[in-house]
Amino acid sequence: MKYIDEYRDERIVHALAAQIARRATRPWNLMEICGGQTHTIMRYGLDELLPPGIRLVHGPGCPVCVTPLEIVDKAIEIASRPGVIFVSYGDMLRVPGSRFDLFRVKAAGADVRIVYSPMEAVKLARTHPDRQVVFFGIGFETTAPANAMAVWEARRQALKNFSVLVSHVLVPPAIRLLLGSPNCVVQGFIAPGHVCTIMGYREYAALSRDFGVPIVVGGFEPADLLEAVGMLVAQLEDGRAEVENQYARSVSYEGNLPAQSIVESVFEVSDRKWRGIGMIPQSGLRLRAEYAAFDAEQVFRVGEITADEPAECISAEVLQGLKRPTDCPAFGRGCTPEKPMGAPMVSAEGACAAYYHYRRHSIAEGRVC
Amino acid sequence: MLTMSCPAPLAAGDHVQLGHGSGGQLSADLVRDVFLAAFRNPALARMDDQAIVIVNGTRLAFTTDSFVVKPLFFPGGDIGSLAVHGTVNDLAMGGAQPLFLSAAFIIEEGFSMPELRRVVESLRRAAAGAGVQVVTGDTKVVEKGSGDGLFINTSGLGVVANGLNLSGDQARPGDRVLLSGPIGDHGIAILAQREGFEFESTIESDSAPLHTLVAAMLAASREIRCLRDPTRGGVSSTLNEFAAQAGVGIEVDERAIPVHDAVKGACELLGLDPLYVANEGKLVAIVAPAAADRVLAAMRRHPLGEEAQIIGSVTADHPRLVTMRTLVGPARIVHMLAGDQLPRIC
Repeated sequence: MKYIDEYRDERIVHALAAQIARRATRPWNLMEICGGQTHTIMRYGLDELLPPGIRLVHGPGCPVCVTPLEIVDKAIEIASRPGVIFVSYGDMLRVPGSRFDLFRVKAAGADVRIVYSPMEAVKLARTHPDRQVVFFGIGFETTAPANAMAVWEARRQALKNFSVLVSHVLVPPAIRLLLGSPNCVVQGFIAPGHVCTIMGYREYAALSRDFGVPIVVGGFEPADLLEAVGMLVAQLEDGRAEVENQYARSVSYEGNLPAQSIVESVFEVSDRKWRGIGMIPQSGLRLRAEYAAFDAEQVFRVGEITADEPAECISAEVLQGLKRPTDCPAFGRGCTPEKPMGAPMVSAEGACAAYYHYRRHSIAEGRVC
Repeated sequence: MLTMSCPAPLAAGDHVQLGHGSGGQLSADLVRDVFLAAFRNPALARMDDQAIVIVNGTRLAFTTDSFVVKPLFFPGGDIGSLAVHGTVNDLAMGGAQPLFLSAAFIIEEGFSMPELRRVVESLRRAAAGAGVQVVTGDTKVVEKGSGDGLFINTSGLGVVANGLNLSGDQARPGDRVLLSGPIGDHGIAILAQREGFEFESTIESDSAPLHTLVAAMLAASREIRCLRDPTRGGVSSTLNEFAAQAGVGIEVDERAIPVHDAVKGACELLGLDPLYVANEGKLVAIVAPAAADRVLAAMRRHPLGEEAQIIGSVTADHPRLVTMRTLVGPARIVHMLAGDQLPRIC
């Protein structure tokens, strides 16, 4: 299959790994931001192909993982109200809130539905005028345009029974926070290709300049990721710190301007809490005032719900790349995909789940099952 | 500012969740904790797709399956043909010659009579095609809102030759793992139809009766250890079940596992892994090493096994764990899903 097979070709992948081994003269710590990239690295075992000094640390780019506990609690509260159809992307349903997940609420009688596009939620609102339809609008810049379009379309259709529970986050402020931390171990970043497909990569130039760190926009296939690693290693070995684009077949400097424009017209930048990290200033999106009628937090008055998150699991350190999932004492014991303690164990893209699913044989020898 | 953030583990639920019907880990837990605990007996304890019981010296294979597929009609089949193939295949995986079926219909008030006739005609045709007779049945009509159109249950009865003992616990280190053809067609066909996805080419369900393929394999060699059709939960669940039942490890090679391009493309778009997608006309066989090539050749001569492959082997290493050599070399675990495979956000 074109655009798939050649990027998973064993010979190409091994040639790229050999090139990295030839170029690297000393150890480097590189972070892939996006959970989709973490997933590919773990699924194919790409880190095992790299020379020992090149360490990949896994960033906070899984939208499911960084959605705060209190937003999940708000979703559960709204979904439990009579007359509500609560609509979500599939992988949010298993994320534990303070007490339940949405699957439990659904099993107990709530009308919770999985969709593939927010436009399906708009359609549900139109076909169920007697019900309140609420869409769980989460994700990074990647999902923001479609979610914005759903709100825009709902207003155009003058729907009175459609709203969105928004928890959108933005990548560059998170990178800035990580780089500004005194604990930061990351020397180069693979920027998320899908986010940059929408946003372009002009925002990353300032980050690279301010912190003197190389950034390469990377794709999601094995060959993409190893090529991006190779480009980062080359920059680091040369003492350069630039923004380069490995994922040129999808990403342009400017990005997708119509998509940016719809996001801009519906959302505005706001402070956001990230699960595992905390409040990051100007790191998220909220609905603009003129779309307040579509804001589920206001419609259902759940703005007051807060949740304090106990400090047992180490996902803060995991999401910042300071620790590996296997450093956690609960990993694979108290915390599994069946009974996740922390969000990174929930989504297939979460770093902990990726380690658990694909790596138990190499890291937990002798105590599996 | 950097505080963490994790809720305590969730307590066991008070309600049945959809994931309990997914064929993954939640299903396995439900069966073990609720049903096995209640009905424990030697035939059930084998935990195969069918029970083998002996009546007056005859070895009977007995199985049952309920069909709740939505939509009722899909490319490559419908709930009627599926209700025959599913149960025939559960018998065939025990090496049985399928003979008789029961068919029970649970119909929601208001269901379309022409559609019901269409389903029944399809069921009749599928039974005739598989050489089985529907010899008993039942009909229930439930109030509107108490069902979802139409559910069908079929039970099946067949006979097993003496000396044949196909069971998940028979896999031994060194055995080969065979797969009868490309995976994921049924699950993706259903999903595409249900969600209204349109792909360049229509993906058809692989729904088919497998007992003649099994007969051809058994004619080639009796050194087949176990057979299973990877329905709900896909090939990954079947391999994990074998590994758990026999207490062995299984290693497969991703490059050897056939997937049609259209299915591969749909899975890429939706963020699904074909290893977890349902099949209704495929089987996985564990075969003694010396017999593997012979059985493979027999499969490839049969129309339902033309694209059969040896996809891996059984190992004494990492008992109860399934691993896969990925396309680019390193090995990874093929785990059993907790519940249903959830499409990813982005």
